[in-house]
Amino acid sequence: MSADAVHAGAWAGLVWALRRDLRLAARSAAEVLVVLGFFFVAVTLFPLGVGPDPRVLRLIGAGVIWVCAMLACLMSLARLFAADFADGTLEQMLLSEMPFGAIVCGKIGAHWLTTGWPLMLCTPLVGVQFGLDVTEVGVLLLTLALGTPVLSLIGGIMAALTLGLRGTGALLALLLLPLYVPVLIFGVGAVDAYSAGLGIEGQLSILGAELIVALVGAPLAAAAAVRIAID
Amino acid sequence: MAWIYRYASPATFYPVAGVLAPWFMAAAALLAGLGLYIGLIAAPTDFQQGDAYRIIYVHVPAAWMSMLIYIVMAIYAVLYLTFNTRLSAMMMNALAPTGAMFTFLALWTGALWGRPTWGTYWVWDARLTSELILLFLYFGFMALNAAIEDARRADKAAALVAIVGVVNVPIIYFSVQWWNTLHQGASVSMTASPKMASIMLSGMLVMGLAAWMYAIGAALKRVQTIIVEREVGADWLRRHLGDNAQVGRVA
Amino acid sequence: MTEWLAMGGYAGYVWGSYSVCAAAIAIELWRLRVRRLGALRAARIEAEAGIAG
Repeated sequence: MSADAVHAGAWAGLVWALRRDLRLAARSAAEVLVVLGFFFVAVTLFPLGVGPDPRVLRLIGAGVIWVCAMLACLMSLARLFAADFADGTLEQMLLSEMPFGAIVCGKIGAHWLTTGWPLMLCTPLVGVQFGLDVTEVGVLLLTLALGTPVLSLIGGIMAALTLGLRGTGALLALLLLPLYVPVLIFGVGAVDAYSAGLGIEGQLSILGAELIVALVGAPLAAAAAVRIAID
Repeated sequence: MAWIYRYASPATFYPVAGVLAPWFMAAAALLAGLGLYIGLIAAPTDFQQGDAYRIIYVHVPAAWMSMLIYIVMAIYAVLYLTFNTRLSAMMMNALAPTGAMFTFLALWTGALWGRPTWGTYWVWDARLTSELILLFLYFGFMALNAAIEDARRADKAAALVAIVGVVNVPIIYFSVQWWNTLHQGASVSMTASPKMASIMLSGMLVMGLAAWMYAIGAALKRVQTIIVEREVGADWLRRHLGDNAQVGRVA
Repeated sequence: MTEWLAMGGYAGYVWGSYSVCAAAIAIELWRLRVRRLGALRAARIEAEAGIAG
């Protein structure tokens, strides 16, 4: 097979998996809505927990939204490969002509489109609850745009490793949340720096760098993880 | 490459580990004795922190070992996934509990050192925070290992987690460092004073060496146990147990 | 001796650190021994069963 053919095969695999998972997600839209519902409820608990003081809420707003977005992402990750693993589809994908890394990439892309992207759409609404102004919400959205794909990418590796195990949810959280720390720090850091009147290019470029590293490394690691789970 | 596979066979390594482990443990005990003498008796009181600074003789070695062991685990993970040598996976698994123990000790002694120094047991200092996240990484590694029943799958999954973890450790450390300076949190150097007396430094190094020898000794002991657990029913193990029974001593 | 044990008023912190380190190592060595003897016992039972069978 020539290099071009491999390239075309990879692209075809990615698009095929992406479209397939999006079609499945559209068929069970309720699952996407449940994750968004979780996000809203979790965020709403914070003003109830720490009190309605607008100054405090503004101070913690970006951090709360980021943490809740991570938890929402975590909840939906357990299902990334689970159904395909249970009915044997994943094994067929592994044996198919298309490069498996590309298929995994497509599945992770579909996960972001059904989790990270809808979460971003909800963020302006939630930002208002915490008294963030329009430009702060804009910066927050920028960090979410760079950061949430990293969550899906790293999440794909751990979701594959915990396939078919008992107590997957808690285990996945224990494996993933420590790895999410840098995204959280720089995501919230950019909003804080903006509010303090400082530049945010540094934080955004670090988030961008993390995204590139994750884009290069995570699909391969996730594909290896699926192979480990299926063998 | 054949020699790698020969020495990496559990059957060959089992007696080697049995011979080496007591030597490492003895070295650890001697060095710890010397280090404790230097740290607790010979070294003078620090003029700024008084005797509270003596905690660094256990804190700093524990922190060193916590990071070193994670890196060594990741190296064994890479070896295992590239050469498929089962012994590498066993060494990786044997190191994890010792690494987690040193991480816990670094946190515990850090907290007890922080109380007289900063006036509080816990501060979100860059070093303590990274150490806490490292402890979570150890927990994740061991929890995944325990959750998978099939030994081969558990080894491979844990190896991948160790590699992903070690790639992230510098990023986590850097981000926590940055976060710490941003929030102007307590940022105190864990070394006693800017110009540390050489006797204090040598005490720390000796204790660090002791911790290192202990970690190797404990890992060798544990890897022997893991080999026995995994190789139940293997001919060589049966022979080994039989030989020792005839001589009348416990293996 | 008493002065040394008092650690200039920081006895609780200093000895609290050293004793927990000693305890952690003692517990690890003890757990290691328990696990090792258990594994050897299981292996020996299996080996004898294998020879008898």
